[in-house]
Amino acid sequence: MSIIPDKPPFKILDILYKKEFILFIVLISILIINSNITPYFLDLYNLIDSTFLFSEKAIIALTMTFIIIARHIDLSVASIIAVSSCVLGYTTSLGYDTWMVLLLTLFSGALCGAFNGAIITKFAIPSIIVTIGTMSLFRGLAYSFLEDSYYNKFPKLVSNLGNGYLFGYIPYAFLTFILLAFVFAFILHKTSVGKKIYSIGNNPDAAQYTGIAVNRYTFVLFTLNGLFSAIAAIFLSGRLSSVRPNIAFGWELEIITMVVLGGVYIYGGSGTILGVVISIFILGMLSFGLGLLNIPGVGIIIFTGLLLILSIGFPSFVRTLRRKNE
Amino acid sequence: MKKFLLNRDFILFIIICIGLISVGFANPLFITPSSISDVLTDTSILIILALSQMIVILIRAIDLSVASNLALSGMLISLLSTVHPELPVYYFIALSCIIGTILGVLNGVSIAILKVPFIVTTLGTMSIYRGLIYFVSDGKQVYSSEFSEDFLALIHFKFLSLSFLFWLAVAVFIIFYILLNHTRFGRNLYSLGGNPDAAKYIGINENKYIILAYSISGLFAGLCGYLWVARYSVASTQIAIGFELTVISACVVGGISVMGGVGTVLGCLLGALLIGLIRNALPAVDISQFWQLAISGAIILLAIIINTKTEQRKEKTVMVQE
Repeated sequence: MSIIPDKPPFKILDILYKKEFILFIVLISILIINSNITPYFLDLYNLIDSTFLFSEKAIIALTMTFIIIARHIDLSVASIIAVSSCVLGYTTSLGYDTWMVLLLTLFSGALCGAFNGAIITKFAIPSIIVTIGTMSLFRGLAYSFLEDSYYNKFPKLVSNLGNGYLFGYIPYAFLTFILLAFVFAFILHKTSVGKKIYSIGNNPDAAQYTGIAVNRYTFVLFTLNGLFSAIAAIFLSGRLSSVRPNIAFGWELEIITMVVLGGVYIYGGSGTILGVVISIFILGMLSFGLGLLNIPGVGIIIFTGLLLILSIGFPSFVRTLRRKNE
Repeated sequence: MKKFLLNRDFILFIIICIGLISVGFANPLFITPSSISDVLTDTSILIILALSQMIVILIRAIDLSVASNLALSGMLISLLSTVHPELPVYYFIALSCIIGTILGVLNGVSIAILKVPFIVTTLGTMSIYRGLIYFVSDGKQVYSSEFSEDFLALIHFKFLSLSFLFWLAVAVFIIFYILLNHTRFGRNLYSLGGNPDAAKYIGINENKYIILAYSISGLFAGLCGYLWVARYSVASTQIAIGFELTVISACVVGGISVMGGVGTVLGCLLGALLIGLIRNALPAVDISQFWQLAISGAIILLAIIINTKTEQRKEKTVMVQE
C-alpha cells in the first residue's frame, strides 16, 4: 500500500516557478535599474517618503484582494473615498469631537460598502454592474454635496495621520498598511475564513451547497472594502489637507492593477497576499522612479494600463500557444 | 392587446411622454418644438453610442473605453485640422472612424486572442486612450477659432428644421435595426449572448464576433469623436469624461440585459431618449448640474434591479410551465 502525502514534499526548485518569486525578481531589478539611473533613488528619506504615494491605495488593495478572490470586483472604491472625505470635512466643520468625526467617517464608508453588498446579494446582480452604478452614484453624491467648493479644515489628528511619522521614520499610512497586510495574510492563508473565501471564488454554487453562507460573506467583504476605503480617505484627506469631489479619481483602476499584477486571478479562486504586497512595491517603486525621471503622471497612467493588460494577457497567451503545440 | 400594453418598450415610451409633459408643466418653454428639437440633437450622440454599446452588451461584455476612444479620435482629427485646414470634411470623418475602429479592434484582440477579461481590457484602454490624448496634445485645447469653417459647417446643416445629428442618429438606428433583426450577424450575436456554449457548438466563431462587436463599438465611437468635437467646437483632454457611464445607463434603462442576449434596438433607442430627456430636463426644472452624476448612477441601479427582477420572474414561469 502506497502512502499518498496530503501535501507534496517541499522542493527548493519549486520556489522558482512561483508567481511571487517572479514578481520578487521584477521588484529587485526595478530597484537596481532605478538606483543606477538616478542617484536620488537610494536616499533613505526619499524611499520612506515614496511610500506616501501608494500606502492609501495599498490599504484598499488588501480588501480588494479578498473581493477578487471571491469572484467579485468593486469599482466604487474611489467614489467611496470621495463620500467619506466629504463626511470627514463636513463633520469637522460642524465642530464635532475628533473621535466622533473619525467614527462617522468610517461609518459612512462601511455604509456605502454595505449598500453595494446588499444590492449584489439581495438581487443577485453581478458586482461589476452594481459597482459601475454606485461608482457614479457615490461620486455624484460627493459632487452634489460639495458642488465647486472644498474642505480644508480637518482635526489635528487627521493631519498628523496623513503626514506624520512614527518615531520620526515610519509614515503612519505605511505602518497601517504593513500591519494590516500581516493580519490579512493570516486570515486568508491560515484560517477557515480564508479557505471559505477561496472556495466561494472557485465555485460559488458548490460553496453554497457545502454550507458556506456565500451571501453573508459577500456582504461582509463589500462592507469591509467600504470601511477600508474610509480609512484610506482619512489618510488621504490628512495628507492633501483639502477635499474636492474629484478626490482619488481613477484610483479603482490602480488598485485593481495592484491586485491583478500580484497574481490574483480576476475570475476568482487564487492569489496570495504576499504576491499583492510585492506588486504594490513594484508599482510604487516604478512610479517613484518615473517621477524622479520627470516623466509626467499621464505617462504613469498609460504605463499602469498597459501593465494591467499585459500582466494578464501575456501568461494566458503563452498558455494558449503551449496548448496548441501539444 | 394586454401583451402589447405590458411590453417594456411601450412602458418606456409612456414614461418618456409623462416625463415630457410633467417637465412641460413646470417649465412650458421646455416643450416648444425648437426646445424639443434641441433635446433630440443633444441626445443624438448618446443614441449612436448606446446602439453600438448594445452590440457589445449583447455578447455579455461591456466597452468602458468608448468615451476615451471618442475623445482620442476627436483630438487627433482636430490636431490634423489645425495643421491642414484645407482638407475636406469627409476626410476627417473617415479618418475619425478609422482611428476609432483601430482602437476598438485593439480591445477586441486583447479580449479574444489574449484572453484578458473584458472588464480589465476596457478599464485599461479607458485610461491608456485618455492618457494618450495628453501625449498627442500636450494637454492643450483646440478652440473653435482653430477649426476650419468646413469642419464645423456640416453639423449645422438642417433638414425639415431638424439637425444633421438627429438624422444621422435615425440612419444609425435603421442600420442597427436591420443588422440585429434581419441578418445572420445579428442572430448570431443574440445566440452568443444567450448561450455562448451552445453557440460555439453550432459553429459560431466566438472570437470573430467579439472582435467584430468591439470594432463596431470603436467605429461609432470614432464617428462620435468627430461629431462631438464639431458640435461643441472644442477638443480637449477632458471631453466626454465619464460619458461611458451615461451610455451604459441608456442601454440598461432600455432593457438590454447585462447577462447577454436580451434586448431590442427600439428599447435601446427609448432608453437613450429617456436619459437624454432627464439630462436636459434637470436644468429646466432648476436642479443643479452637480446632481447629474448621482442621478445617472441611481438610474443605472434602479433600471438594473427592475431588469433582473423581471428576468427572474420570467425564469420562474418557464420552470412552472415545464
